[in-house]
Amino acid sequence: MNDNKNNPPMMDRLYRLLDPLHIDRHVLSLFILVGAALVVMSILNPGRFLSTANFQSMAFLFPELALLSLAMMLTMLTGGIDLSIIGTANLSGILAALILTRLLPGNAGPGLTVIYILLALVTAVACGAVCGSLNGWLISRVKISPILATLGTMQVFLGLALVITRGRAIFGYPDAFLALGNGSLIGVPIPFILFLIVAVLLAILVNRTVFGIHLRLLGTNPVAAVFSGIRVSSVLYRTYLVAGIIAGLTGILLIARTNSAKAGYGSSYLLQAILVAVLGGVSPAGGFGTVLGVSVAVLGLQFLASGFNMLQFSNFAKEFIWGAFLLLSMVINYLVNHRRNK
Amino acid sequence: MRKILRKHECLLLALIVVLCAAIGIKNPSFFTLVNAFDLLKSSVTLGILGLGVLIVLVSGNIDISFPAIAAFSMYVTCLLVPALGFTDHIVILFVVSATVGCLLGFLNAFFIYYFNLPALIVTLGTGSLIRGCLLAFVGTRIITNLPSSMVEFSQACLFTQALPGGETFGLAASFPIFVVAAVLVWLVLNHMLLGRGIYALGGAPEAARRVGFNIRGIQFFIYGSIGLLAGLAGIIHASNMRNANPRDFRGIELTVIAAVVVGGASITGGRGTVLGTILGVLLLVIINNSLILVGLPTEWHKVIIGSIIIASTAVTAWRARGRQLSTVPT
Repeated sequence: MNDNKNNPPMMDRLYRLLDPLHIDRHVLSLFILVGAALVVMSILNPGRFLSTANFQSMAFLFPELALLSLAMMLTMLTGGIDLSIIGTANLSGILAALILTRLLPGNAGPGLTVIYILLALVTAVACGAVCGSLNGWLISRVKISPILATLGTMQVFLGLALVITRGRAIFGYPDAFLALGNGSLIGVPIPFILFLIVAVLLAILVNRTVFGIHLRLLGTNPVAAVFSGIRVSSVLYRTYLVAGIIAGLTGILLIARTNSAKAGYGSSYLLQAILVAVLGGVSPAGGFGTVLGVSVAVLGLQFLASGFNMLQFSNFAKEFIWGAFLLLSMVINYLVNHRRNK
Repeated sequence: MRKILRKHECLLLALIVVLCAAIGIKNPSFFTLVNAFDLLKSSVTLGILGLGVLIVLVSGNIDISFPAIAAFSMYVTCLLVPALGFTDHIVILFVVSATVGCLLGFLNAFFIYYFNLPALIVTLGTGSLIRGCLLAFVGTRIITNLPSSMVEFSQACLFTQALPGGETFGLAASFPIFVVAAVLVWLVLNHMLLGRGIYALGGAPEAARRVGFNIRGIQFFIYGSIGLLAGLAGIIHASNMRNANPRDFRGIELTVIAAVVVGGASITGGRGTVLGTILGVLLLVIINNSLILVGLPTEWHKVIIGSIIIASTAVTAWRARGRQLSTVPT
């Protein structure tokens, strides 16, 4: 992606300096865009946007979308897509919620509560893994196209969530669990810390492991990947498995922050996750995309979303803006690539 | 003979017959003319949308913006036609709505063709854009005083028959529209060069380009026609519901895509027939309407529809396996 020979020497040196960090040109321009969003929103909401309270609340809000976008990115790197991440997050969250409300005895001491919380966490992640491996199996073994397979499983997961809860919300978790979504550690929100851990692990997985290299090669050129001896179906399977696990984790964050679990909660995140991935430089055709790019893009989107909230935009206006943004960012990507290739 | 029996459509037909027999045994009221007409009426909207999705799937792409297009053109037509003082005639309503839908479809084609973008993501974007525009800028109010021609249209019946109680029933007047649309789509897909071009585009885009098909024209036709069909479906839906609700059609894309995929169309393109789509729609409508007759709670709908998508795509993928040259996933 870094075609350095066209750049002036100064920029060339800068890119080379940043190369070990995997910062490419796209991410640099993204930083500028995010900065612009920050400035515009600060001007439109004087005094309110640039406040500690706002940034704190954004740090609580944005890890959910960020994790979902990272899961989306992973599957898009292989040239596929995972439409079932919200369904997976929902189902995992609801299972965890059931454990915390139905199984946990009302008079449980702190020790027992912690054990049950751990049990809920493990269940949610395991549920994510099962959902992800179902996707992976359908796509890599049965060879259904990712769009249809995950469209189907999305329905099934959301439907199961609906069947389990009968459409009602499950709420009232122990305080220690709520801390996962609302607590802070030395001033840093816990969801944000969780996001950082996942992002770093994922960056290592994509950039520093054999699996990651195979994954990106598969997305860049599937035919070449087959002929260079990569076990395509195994790589695909594991990709969707990891995406499912991340979605399961998101499910926990979602219910811990809102203190309630409901089927269909967070379905507006699907469009936003794809938007963030595309905005973050992930090519829908596969191969390109970085964890850093996606993270910066989420940050930008969160600035905009919080800013629009302060301006009291309706949800419908936001739906309109996200759609326009998605189209615009893809058109700009196309124009930039087109000019570079000439 | 064996070749005919092994066709996907035959399999579907057998499935429908078995399903009907099973439901009929459980609940004999299934086998009445009233129920049959009712099933046909419910399949009109889904069927018309399904024909549009079929065209897109055959071309190897997907469109998920058509529910938003249907809602938009329906709502705007119901607002505009009385406001502009057009003659209150059902044909005019259909023409206006279909035109609006067609233009919105061209918007999709514009992004997909000129910027070479994946249709899934473009239509995700335009769907959100159109729906957001409708609800944020046009209106959120449900229009209950529809143009009177729409109300008349929803009451019009063919083959009217009298029930013992004195009430009459008949086949909905919207059903012939579905039939005409199906015949037209069949003619285009099977008997026109344009249709061959759509199949070619789905089978091998690069080959279609080199052979000299007008890819731009084909793309605009594909997305224009799904928009047009969505516009028609919008008016039929509103007249059946006796109101125009801008929030309608949300989530219907999954059911429609499921119906078309069940009908044997493959999302990787190049395969799918009108007959298969009609049977797929019928199967889904029967299942949808009969879950209640059989006594299954409505919460299970989503799970069942999702399972049907997975099962039928698995069958299609499994059948395609022999034809695949390499193990490259598509």
